[in-house]
Amino acid sequence: MSRQTTLAVGALVLVVLFGAPLYLAPFTITLLNYIGVYALVALGLVLLTGNAGMVSFGQASFMGIAAYATGWTSAVMGYSPWLGLILALVATGLIAAILGAVTLRLGGHFLSLSTIAWGLAIYFSFGNIPGLGAFDGIPSLPPISIGNLALIESGQIFYLIWIALLLSMLAIHNLLDSRVGRALRALRGGNALVESLGINALRVRLATFVIAALCAALSGWLYAHMGRFVSPTPFDVTASIIALMMAMIGGAGYLLGAVIGAAIIVLLKNGIQDILPRIAPGASGQLEVVVFASLFILFLQRARNGIVPFIAQWIPEPHRERPPPADALPRQTQPAKGTALMQVEAVNRRFGGLIAVNDVSFEVHAGEILALIGPNGAGKTTMFNLITGALTPSGGRIVFAGKDITKSGACDIASSGIARTFQHVKLRPKMTLIDNVLLGTYGRTKSGFIRSALRLDRAEEARSRHEAMRQLDRVGLGDRPYELAGNLPLGNQRVLEIARALAADPVLLVLDEPAAGLRRQEKLALAELLRTLRAEGLTILLVEHDMEFVMGLVDRIVVMEFGCKLCEGDPDTVRTDTRVQEAYLGGVA
Amino acid sequence: MALLSIENVSVSYGKAEAVRNVSLEVDRGQIVTVIGPNGAGKTSLLTSAIGMIPASGRVVFDGVDITSLPTEDRIEMGFCLVPERRELFSEMSVYDNLLLGAYSRRDGSAAIRASMEEVYSRFPRLRERHTQKAGTLSGGERQMLALGRALMAKPKLLMLDEPSLGLAPLITREIFRIIASLHETGVSILLVEQNARAALETASFGYVMETGEIVHSGSSATLIDDPRLIATYLGGGAH
Amino acid sequence: MNAQIAAILTLDGIASGAIYVLIAIGFVLIFAVTRIIFVPFGDITAFTALTLASLENKHLPGTVGMVAVLAAMATLMEIFSLWRKGTLGRVPRALLFYLILPLIPAGVVWLTAGTLLPTALRILLTVAVILPIPPLLNRIVYQPIADATVLLLLIVSVALHFAMSGLGLLFFGPEGVRTQGFVDYTAIIAGTPVSGQAILILGSAIFFSFLLYLFFSFTLTGKALHATALNRTGARLMGIRPQQACTIAFLLGALLAAISGILIAPVNTIFYDSGFLIGLKSFVGAIIGGMVSFPVTAIGSMLVGILESFAAFLSSPFKDVIVFSILIPVLLWRSYTLVHAEDEDEE
Repeated sequence: MSRQTTLAVGALVLVVLFGAPLYLAPFTITLLNYIGVYALVALGLVLLTGNAGMVSFGQASFMGIAAYATGWTSAVMGYSPWLGLILALVATGLIAAILGAVTLRLGGHFLSLSTIAWGLAIYFSFGNIPGLGAFDGIPSLPPISIGNLALIESGQIFYLIWIALLLSMLAIHNLLDSRVGRALRALRGGNALVESLGINALRVRLATFVIAALCAALSGWLYAHMGRFVSPTPFDVTASIIALMMAMIGGAGYLLGAVIGAAIIVLLKNGIQDILPRIAPGASGQLEVVVFASLFILFLQRARNGIVPFIAQWIPEPHRERPPPADALPRQTQPAKGTALMQVEAVNRRFGGLIAVNDVSFEVHAGEILALIGPNGAGKTTMFNLITGALTPSGGRIVFAGKDITKSGACDIASSGIARTFQHVKLRPKMTLIDNVLLGTYGRTKSGFIRSALRLDRAEEARSRHEAMRQLDRVGLGDRPYELAGNLPLGNQRVLEIARALAADPVLLVLDEPAAGLRRQEKLALAELLRTLRAEGLTILLVEHDMEFVMGLVDRIVVMEFGCKLCEGDPDTVRTDTRVQEAYLGGVA
Repeated sequence: MALLSIENVSVSYGKAEAVRNVSLEVDRGQIVTVIGPNGAGKTSLLTSAIGMIPASGRVVFDGVDITSLPTEDRIEMGFCLVPERRELFSEMSVYDNLLLGAYSRRDGSAAIRASMEEVYSRFPRLRERHTQKAGTLSGGERQMLALGRALMAKPKLLMLDEPSLGLAPLITREIFRIIASLHETGVSILLVEQNARAALETASFGYVMETGEIVHSGSSATLIDDPRLIATYLGGGAH
Repeated sequence: MNAQIAAILTLDGIASGAIYVLIAIGFVLIFAVTRIIFVPFGDITAFTALTLASLENKHLPGTVGMVAVLAAMATLMEIFSLWRKGTLGRVPRALLFYLILPLIPAGVVWLTAGTLLPTALRILLTVAVILPIPPLLNRIVYQPIADATVLLLLIVSVALHFAMSGLGLLFFGPEGVRTQGFVDYTAIIAGTPVSGQAILILGSAIFFSFLLYLFFSFTLTGKALHATALNRTGARLMGIRPQQACTIAFLLGALLAAISGILIAPVNTIFYDSGFLIGLKSFVGAIIGGMVSFPVTAIGSMLVGILESFAAFLSSPFKDVIVFSILIPVLLWRSYTLVHAEDEDEE
């Protein structure tokens, strides 16, 4: 679909939407208002669940906090609803930040379970605080006024709701397509990769969590002044799960999914309320929840991805241009060749009673390629994880560029100039090649959440994209930057990881078995690339099995066996060492 | 007829193909080895043969097409895998691990006790440590337990994935000696190894795998003298 | 508050804590074997109490209809999947396990609904009617997505809870019930009156926990279940069928839920939707145990019971708020102590 067609369709949709109060009955407009309000909550979940991989069963309680905040400000205290909005956002954001700070360290299902618990706690609080009307709620909220115009009719608040929704969608769209947005999307699939790129996973998760809560808060504020009445029931756990249901049915990975999901659920609810009393008079209330829950379960069993991707497969992909050239991102100055870059001093690592790395010492000199070799299970990968901060040594010291990094975490070590690849390739298969490589530039760029949402990050973004393309070209993957990483064969995935590491402009590049699974030609190309990098002053440390690959390429070799250092030296010395031959021939010969 | 025949098997993860159109056979009473570098698809091949990951192609075991059978049915037929990661029940005792090895058998507790006795006499170390938790064993003992546990199922064919992984040369030697002696009891073995020389010295026939494909095959005696293999796998450029 | 009141509150808390222990152990058991966080667990407890009360009042309990509907659905699904796999020879077996066995106790209850049976028989029948419900739910709801992530299974569980509470209202109606006490005895321990019911609850909790311990330590089935929980891949390689293990775990869980339901019936007034809160409070105990450790789970659940009892005394309306808020510091503590394997669900 061309850009013009997209714009034309978008404009048409806007005209049809904003003309709605002119040609639709007030009841239909009320339904549209509900759709808009719920779509806002679902939008937060699209960000939180669909993109960042955190499932919350508590979004409705954030909506409730906001509704009560504005209810109290406007109806109890008599101030303007706009002041209510500010209080709603501040209160919700603050509570979300506190809850998030406490619970977001936990992964996956523990986090989700905790959302049920505090969701219930907040809901019970609404019903028991006398100042907030307890279970009776707060009646007669004033309408929102813009100037002298009070938004009383459903056709009036309609505009406010849908403008708020569309602006939020625009902001989140911008956010997802930015430096922090990519970090946020990379959270799915574990912390190991994210931290190794110098991204503080906890901080990104917390910010995402708060933004999702703010979406719910905006929705709660609109909801309160739309119905002009606040009570606990619309904010219970059932409401939260319905919000989640909207996001997932629409397609939790997609902004439009929030709107489509909200529309389907609101209309379905409306339809069911018409039909059920005819089928089962007197029992329709309880049947409604049974029907909804069963439909949701059936949906989760059969079509987890939601409606948007289902429709999207028939819409032609928009053609995306290769990013234009831009200024290069600033680069590190590489240390002088031959100086000591990293010292590993008597490093130990124990797992329970097992000693995986035992008193290993070696040095990495700037500008060299150093190989760490040894039979499977010799502790090479553990050594790697110690250097890159994925594990902490039980004893010993690691100094990098004059700084003690023994106790530093993966994130700090990455920021200090070490970029790594993984033995089992860690990519984000559902992200494009260029997005995967752009993740590498995170540490070299600065735009935060607000700049990104407002599109103030474009100049920097253009430079990042240029850099990412440069690295893709360099490893030979520059011809299709918008392919999904998961579609690449294994060999190319390894090379893509190297491109990502290079995009971080490291001082030390650490490669874990880069040649594994590569064909002969690919290995030759990889060796050539590593030589070029060395010529440019980059220092490289690699673990490798393939002797042919190692011997022709590296400057020095450290041999490990059973967690200990066996010997070290240049390839020829190591090749003729009888202990090495013994280790490599498996000891049976 | 071969005990196991794998016919045109391919395994893919997403669009990345880990195993491409591989066919191989193991005859009754034979030790066959598959050697190749890390990432060649050896583990994927074994895991698909036992039915734990989906694959295309056909697997015939003991005259029965088992392609669509679940893993547990294959195990009941006497087709076992000792995986690369051993997959022991680390919080349970050595005895319990062995007992669970016989879970698929239906021939009564007396027969199972007899097998247990056999395993203990083959691995006296396991008898000494029968109350100890599997997680507290050393690497070599773990591999012995993994082998012993598989033997408890009275398999017709045993697939071993990198049995020497992470073991000291002395223990590696011991494990290969045991593998060779198992062969005398009539069990057939499909052995996947990186330690190419040891594997070829134990097996009678070998396949070489590289980037998902079988690139060579032949009797161990011919493979072990193949100059190209010597360069690549039998000690790198060390010669 | 004086020492006397504190003692009473503590004892009260221990009694309700003992019920939470049974449920929490069930949660951990099911989770360990199946990776499913079975949120509707509390609903099963509540349905047990409601069933017992119906029998006591000589009504036909709603559970009978529920079991019939679930059994029919599970049977149809099983036959359909057997047909698709081309193994229709196993239909008789499916009929036996998914239709006939679950319907036997339900049929007995249906036939005897008008007569008041002796207490022991009533309890036995109630347990027998409840037992098939979780395994049937497993077949209908979870088995089609057995390979899904823990998170997806959790979302399904939460949805299932809402379906169950809706069905509860449909089958049992909105009235709360409380059965007669099983024992009419009060002991005086250290100057504090202790009801026989509380002693019964505590005794049952200890007895059934011990029984479970014996099951896991000394039977092959128990060991197979334990093995599945420790290492699913390893268990499959031994020929242990994951779905069979799941069914057994759900049956054991059902037993624990049924026992806790029987024990709670004379103590609390139970409504169709009381189960959710009972379940979630037990859950706090299970989370204290990190979803893995049975002993820590038991201690945690006891603490929840005691905390609740004190909270109810101090501020009745906020007792639930207090109990659920305790989860936050617990989670904070857990987030530093729990070594959880990197959850790499790369989709």
